[in-house]
Amino acid sequence: MIEPQSARILDDAELVHQAKEGSVEAFGELVNRHDRKIFRLTQHITRNREDAEDALQETFLKAYSRLSQFAENSQFYTWLVRIAVNESLMKLRKRKGDASVSLDDPMETEEGFVPREIGDWGNNPEQQYAQQELHEILDRAVHSLPAPFRTVFILRDMEQLSTEETAEALNLSVSAVKSRLLRARLQLREKLNRHFQRGKLSC
Amino acid sequence: MLTCSEVLAELSNYLDNEVSAELRQGLEEHLKDCPNCWVLFDTTRKTIQIFRGTEPYPLPEGLHDKLQEALRKRMEQDPPGQN
Repeated sequence: MIEPQSARILDDAELVHQAKEGSVEAFGELVNRHDRKIFRLTQHITRNREDAEDALQETFLKAYSRLSQFAENSQFYTWLVRIAVNESLMKLRKRKGDASVSLDDPMETEEGFVPREIGDWGNNPEQQYAQQELHEILDRAVHSLPAPFRTVFILRDMEQLSTEETAEALNLSVSAVKSRLLRARLQLREKLNRHFQRGKLSC
Repeated sequence: MLTCSEVLAELSNYLDNEVSAELRQGLEEHLKDCPNCWVLFDTTRKTIQIFRGTEPYPLPEGLHDKLQEALRKRMEQDPPGQN
């Protein structure tokens, strides 16, 4: 079992440096620091528990094997996310039995772009649901998005990467990230509307 | 005055504070006078806040152990700093 370091809190860059020098503890701390978020990411992309667990494990094994190739002028977490996204998409493609799952698919349709239902939610609409129920509502909503939108949304609004980091992690242009994020957010708003709206406004 | 579709197209950038000062002013003027767009803006902002407020669950115990075991094996085969 690899235990986190108990001394002063080191940042990722220092831990990466130590891990490259041969510190097992430093790499273990990097894993402990990021495993929950990476698992959330693999769960949301694959939408399958077994695939998400495999993708999580593969992500950290690959990160370990490729650590010497990691250029320390970028963020370790962004690099890790990029590996996790690739691993998750591979699982998703395999599960679907074809290669049609692609982040390149622009999906430039009007569907989900023009809002159909507009309703006021009031303050803190999420508080009307118990924690577990809220999680299920949110998970279902994210999982219903097409993969190209889902992935951008997870990185930008759940993992809170910047637009540029998201573009880098997904190998997309900044404008593609922005356009997909807008569509993802509008679609999610629409899906949550039925749970959260207080009363309908006339259009 | 911006149209509703122009506002919709910039909604995400506005929420991310990635619009010019001039465009921001145009958007804010529209939002002040258009209840539908305001609600759309407000509920999209709340959508983002709700997701941002969620914390990832801790790894299930079994999965945590499985991951640590897989890493331990890999590190034994291929000690750090050697690859």
